[in-house]
Amino acid sequence: MPTFEPVLLRNVGVKDSHTLAVYRERGGYRGLDKALALSPAQVVDAVKASGLRGRGGAGFPTGVKWTFLPKDHPGPIYMCINADESEPGTFNNRILMEEDPHQVLEGMIIGCYATRATTAYLYIRYEYGHSYRRLQAAIDELYAAGMLGRNVCGKDGFHLDIYLHRGAGAYICGEETGLIESLEGKRAWPRIKPPFPAIEGAFRKPTVVNNIETMACVTHILNLGVEWFKSMGIPADPKNPRDAGSFGPKLYCVSGHVNKPGCYEAPLGLTVRQLIDDFAGGVWKGRKAKGCIPGGLSMGFLTEAEFDCKLDFADPGKYRCLGLGTAAVIVFDDQTPIVDVLYNSCRFFSHESCGQCTPCREGTSWMTKILARIRRGEGELSDLEVLGDVERGIGLTPGTTICGLADGAAWPVKNALQKFRPELEDWIRNKRTSVDVLAALGGH
Amino acid sequence: MPMLSPALRERIQALFPRYPNKQAVTLPALHMVQDELRCVPAEAIREIAELLELHPAQVHDTLSFYGFFRDPDRKLGQHRVWVCRSLPCMLRGGEELLAHLCGKLHLRPGETSTDGKVTLEFAECLGACEGAPCLLVNDDCHLSVTPQQAEEMIAGLGS
Repeated sequence: MPTFEPVLLRNVGVKDSHTLAVYRERGGYRGLDKALALSPAQVVDAVKASGLRGRGGAGFPTGVKWTFLPKDHPGPIYMCINADESEPGTFNNRILMEEDPHQVLEGMIIGCYATRATTAYLYIRYEYGHSYRRLQAAIDELYAAGMLGRNVCGKDGFHLDIYLHRGAGAYICGEETGLIESLEGKRAWPRIKPPFPAIEGAFRKPTVVNNIETMACVTHILNLGVEWFKSMGIPADPKNPRDAGSFGPKLYCVSGHVNKPGCYEAPLGLTVRQLIDDFAGGVWKGRKAKGCIPGGLSMGFLTEAEFDCKLDFADPGKYRCLGLGTAAVIVFDDQTPIVDVLYNSCRFFSHESCGQCTPCREGTSWMTKILARIRRGEGELSDLEVLGDVERGIGLTPGTTICGLADGAAWPVKNALQKFRPELEDWIRNKRTSVDVLAALGGH
Repeated sequence: MPMLSPALRERIQALFPRYPNKQAVTLPALHMVQDELRCVPAEAIREIAELLELHPAQVHDTLSFYGFFRDPDRKLGQHRVWVCRSLPCMLRGGEELLAHLCGKLHLRPGETSTDGKVTLEFAECLGACEGAPCLLVNDDCHLSVTPQQAEEMIAGLGS
């Protein structure tokens, strides 16, 4: 490994890293000072030039997203920060908010200056109580220091309020238009797009929606510069005009059957094998891995033989996964039945489907029931065909749903049928069973 | 006698300037009401609607979407314990942890102990996968919890 100094995690573990005093002592808010010396358009240009792509899952270029806001809009323009982090396996946003809230807030203030947003709502899942309290304390410090409110940091005419808004336990609020609906006090049903939020978002006004880690990256792009950010990662493939490259540092979460589960920082493009062996201490109990989920549950599966896959925006797709997602790797060892993993995945998406689109609501439920049957040793080989029919029929890819939740539900099933089919067939033929400890309880 | 106390109404109204319309205060208001009453009764829905200048059906529609809010038939206990059942926790004993607590407390997921102290629920990913299996007590997360530790934690909850 080339030497790499963590930037996003540099304050984690430092005493009182969540306070303004310590954050400033360690060089915090220099990015904001530099941003305020530029014009908003110059800040947008810097973020665009850095090649920063959104860290929340979709990987859309952040600076480009900001340019979609209408020019000369009379306002208000809103910023919504997505801290509804609920993708199974993902916890990097939580660590940033708990341990270094000012790093996130600095990026938000810079982002609002660049986009001329005057109100920012940070939508945080209810379950993150500690993050919520840390952020609120940090926001209070900023108001007291004149760094929020009227004329932020003494900059004439730059007014900004940041409010925290707590969710109520729904995965779909992580979908940007579901988040906006929820913020508005409604059920979190994703909206049909277009219009995209940049044109018509929160309260029907132009809105930019960004992820927590993306905001932390903005802080450092302004402080350390575009060249620094572009010095790490994987450049765009010149043969692929749609590849926007994978630049900058990334927070990788690794969980499941490894010796040292945790959140680790490395440049984009780390391989799964490096993450597991060099950072997470290898697979637990001296076992071998059977496979992993490369980027949060919805991204599908890699087999152990595919662990040289690079965790950047382009490579997981080459292995037929949905994408990089949140770069949260969930490892399962060679003693884990793939049926159990798949059942858990389908049950999650069935529980979290918002119910708006029939193919998703019904499809995720059917897949869960079929897998429960297979787990009980009552499956038939034809069930695999039905699973294939369902996964191909739901989602944005076939065009049957409004948002991507169904694609996320479909992908683990798709990849399992492609990559673990012999195991599934063997399981069904031999009527193997595994115990569902929760089914025995009744209730759910 | 209104169900929402004057103090609670004031706290809800204090949020109005944060948003361009009052409907956006729906979720915060529901949270405040449930924190205090441990559920959201129909009368509270009507009173929230009046405060926010909405139809009660709009407030109810929102409430019913989120798994978080309870009606009086399923009133929360003093403490809410959520055990994560999603994949990273499942791989490290999360489901067994939940099953163990259900057995010890004689509860099914979603139920409240007869003394009204604890409501036990399953959760989907709590975002603490580095410490799987994890659980949430009210909104404090506890990582790498063994069945014994969880039992002691629950026994130690104040009434």
